[in-house]
Amino acid sequence: MMRDYFYRLAAFLDGALQGGEQYTCWLAAEASDFVRFNRSAIRQAGHVAQRYLTLRLIDGLRHASCTLAVAGDLETDRALLTGAIEGLRAQLPDLPPDPHLLLSCEVRSTERTVASRLPDTAAMVGEVLAAARGHDLVGILAAGPIWRGFANSYGQRNWHESASFHLDWSLYHQGDKAAKASYAGFDWDGGALRARFDSAAAQLAMLRQAPVGIAPGAYRAYLAPAALNDILGMLNWDCVSEKALRTRQSPLRRMRDEGLRLNDAVTLAENTAAGLAPGFQADGFLKPERVALFEQGRLAGSMISPRTAKEYGIAANGADANEGMVSLDLAGGDLPLSQVLAQLDTGVFIGNLWYLNFSDRSSCRLTGMTRFATFWVENGEIKAPLNVMRFDDSLFRMLGDKLVGLTRERELLIDSDSYGARSTASALLPGALIKDFTFVL
Amino acid sequence: MPDSIRRLFHRLAPAVDFCSLRLVEERSEHLAVRQDVLQPATTGIDRGAMITVMHGGGCGYAATSDLSESGLKEAIRRARDWARESAGRSLVDYAALALPRPAGSYAGPEGSGADGVSRKDLIALLMRESRSCRIDDRIVDWQVSLWTVDSSQLYLTADGADLAQQFRYAIPSMAVTASEGAETQTRSLGGQYNGFCRQGGLEVLEHAGFDGAGQRVAREALDLLAAPNCPGGRMDLLLMPEQMMLQIHESIGHPLELDRILGDERNFAGTSFVTLDMFGHYRYGSALLNVTCDPTRPEQFASYRWDDDGCAAERVFLIRDGVLERPLGGAVSQARAGLQGASTARACGWNRAPIDRMANLNIEPGASSLNDMIRSVERGVLMDTNVSWSIDDSRNKFQFGCEVGRLIEDGELKGLVKNPNYRGVSATFWRSLKAVGDASTFSVMGTPFCGKGEPSQVIRVGHASPACLFSDVDVFGGE
Repeated sequence: MMRDYFYRLAAFLDGALQGGEQYTCWLAAEASDFVRFNRSAIRQAGHVAQRYLTLRLIDGLRHASCTLAVAGDLETDRALLTGAIEGLRAQLPDLPPDPHLLLSCEVRSTERTVASRLPDTAAMVGEVLAAARGHDLVGILAAGPIWRGFANSYGQRNWHESASFHLDWSLYHQGDKAAKASYAGFDWDGGALRARFDSAAAQLAMLRQAPVGIAPGAYRAYLAPAALNDILGMLNWDCVSEKALRTRQSPLRRMRDEGLRLNDAVTLAENTAAGLAPGFQADGFLKPERVALFEQGRLAGSMISPRTAKEYGIAANGADANEGMVSLDLAGGDLPLSQVLAQLDTGVFIGNLWYLNFSDRSSCRLTGMTRFATFWVENGEIKAPLNVMRFDDSLFRMLGDKLVGLTRERELLIDSDSYGARSTASALLPGALIKDFTFVL
Repeated sequence: MPDSIRRLFHRLAPAVDFCSLRLVEERSEHLAVRQDVLQPATTGIDRGAMITVMHGGGCGYAATSDLSESGLKEAIRRARDWARESAGRSLVDYAALALPRPAGSYAGPEGSGADGVSRKDLIALLMRESRSCRIDDRIVDWQVSLWTVDSSQLYLTADGADLAQQFRYAIPSMAVTASEGAETQTRSLGGQYNGFCRQGGLEVLEHAGFDGAGQRVAREALDLLAAPNCPGGRMDLLLMPEQMMLQIHESIGHPLELDRILGDERNFAGTSFVTLDMFGHYRYGSALLNVTCDPTRPEQFASYRWDDDGCAAERVFLIRDGVLERPLGGAVSQARAGLQGASTARACGWNRAPIDRMANLNIEPGASSLNDMIRSVERGVLMDTNVSWSIDDSRNKFQFGCEVGRLIEDGELKGLVKNPNYRGVSATFWRSLKAVGDASTFSVMGTPFCGKGEPSQVIRVGHASPACLFSDVDVFGGE
């Protein structure tokens, strides 16, 4: 139904062009139930139906775009689009030709629709509250369909539709001591939910012990997949961006300029084929199934948007304008998950990290905090929860000579972000054992 | 649009304990020139409404961009459904809440506006500044931009509240990157994340010193490239307003948000080292520290007359003479906490529900001139313009970095240093405040990008501050 609506809008745009005008059109829409919890009760509950349509009008090398909140009603939205086209048409003479404009002229239409198998959200809420009884649960349930569409005046049509849920929650002991968990997917299974609750509850029991503090210094540390994902997520801050590499702003520039390498165990890719995000980007370029970024520790590629491709005379590879990863894939290593505590021996087990930033971009040095399930381990046994610690260390060291190994098993993490819209990003990655992980405060 | 929505809402409003409609319309334009090439010109029209229903102790909302009769009917139905589903299972007993029913209107400063200047002239202005950045082959990237937003909001309740507010925002930005060898440094006008943002028209560019800044910012990027790394050690730290805004935001603003203290944000944005029992007596900082929440300074980025729950906004002290007085929190959180807060329940748009946010969170000027403060320092660093920020879950252990530093030795400003960073603990840092700059050191800053909430929201906040001097801070540089 939403697809038909979008295609009919596109047909309307086809007929609204004048002279040599072209258009591209991007739809980002969702109908989401959001239920927020605190203290195992409902804190805020509601529904958001939003449909944003970005229309770009092009005439030669001149182009301008407008993002509109559309109503979802064809008659209303045709009137909105008519006004938008007139506004964009009036802008074009004021704009200089854009030497970096690159359009997708080859028509490559695609469709991927996963019909909703979700139960009523209220029923999910009932199961969550039942499972949370006796605990202090805080978090959010987001559920409902997500739609993405692309159309252009060359006749290309791309459609992505799925209906998913994401429960992202914490069970709290007290203060900052909590076990964090998530449950996401396309099929709701009450048994799976209760199993995840039981697992978080078991972790919570360990958090009830008196916490310990450690002095700043270098410690052996295990980063669980969620924590490692926070570190790799920083690569989306202008690290794997081709534009940032070309303009020498990428913290990875020494890998390209000087041949600096990470540990041989590090093989990273943007793996669209295994991710949850659409297989096309906002300009209509299809994404390759896999873009290699690190191969055995060597910088092997980058995310290249159409604009960067045109500017530097290279080929685009399906990246959006921000040149970040949305389907991150880090290869597993040879450390069995069952051996993690034994191999860690004495050190810090880090369940989650928090609030990372660069402290020295030229050295790719990052800082951030431990959070949630983070424990002090002695002789391969968890002894006590650790009070929060600040780390500050270079990625070149953490994933370079300090990397002891990556786990053989990997975890699929689905992004729970909902800034502006529910995210379709995901990450498939192992945990990492690191020696001399540097804590500073 | 407001009149037709008003009529429609009053005709459709159901027989429930409480029903409100919040209509938000924002028209925006973003113009940017990078390396003398105009980037894709973008405009936006974002319009929609949120219906909130409270009934039987429950509360539900529904947001829609379909403002037709059928669209609003559907939103009302969904909001009622969620109110019913949450009744008896809600953390808050909405039957016990008493939200106000105000009526009135407010318009922020229009200033000289963009209306009198053509888009072509604005592009020419940006292009001129861009061209002036290219002063040396080591300048490898540069961008100048102007982002403008016109926002109008309508808040109605079925039983009489009727508020209309209008705002205009201007956000100029400029950043220049210089590189040589393995080193790269970026200098900006007001910060790389739009720290110079205000309400008003094109006079905001004038206040930001935008015209003619390109060459200066580029020169400063080159100077940074040649500067030594900031030294490390414990020393005095003189923070200028472009960094103070971030220090206030992270280690005063967020810890004082009631929804954090009450636990709503624990799964995402975090909790707070501040607890409910601290208000009224906790020594947050030295006696020189005076912090207000002030939505009444018209040109500041987050000024308004009423918050998104319809509560009237006023200037209040959060910290007076170093002692914690009030939290930041709207009517719902105040009722939950049994504390008087501030009218700061705010939503980032029509499709998100109001939560406790900062508005304009300011440090009141003190009595010291900049020269007085510099003269009082035997060994220290002056830092300006935030570039890196990180703080723990409870907003206590922080580490911040700045674009520029200047050494201070024996009461005199010395050479420039690059990669200046410092770290500390909120609960003790503010007590080390040993001088507060006078009005001559005061600047109005802010950010369009304060993130928080489940579902997530990015909102506009304002921060005004004088320069401030702190003693015995852990300072360090790059590698």
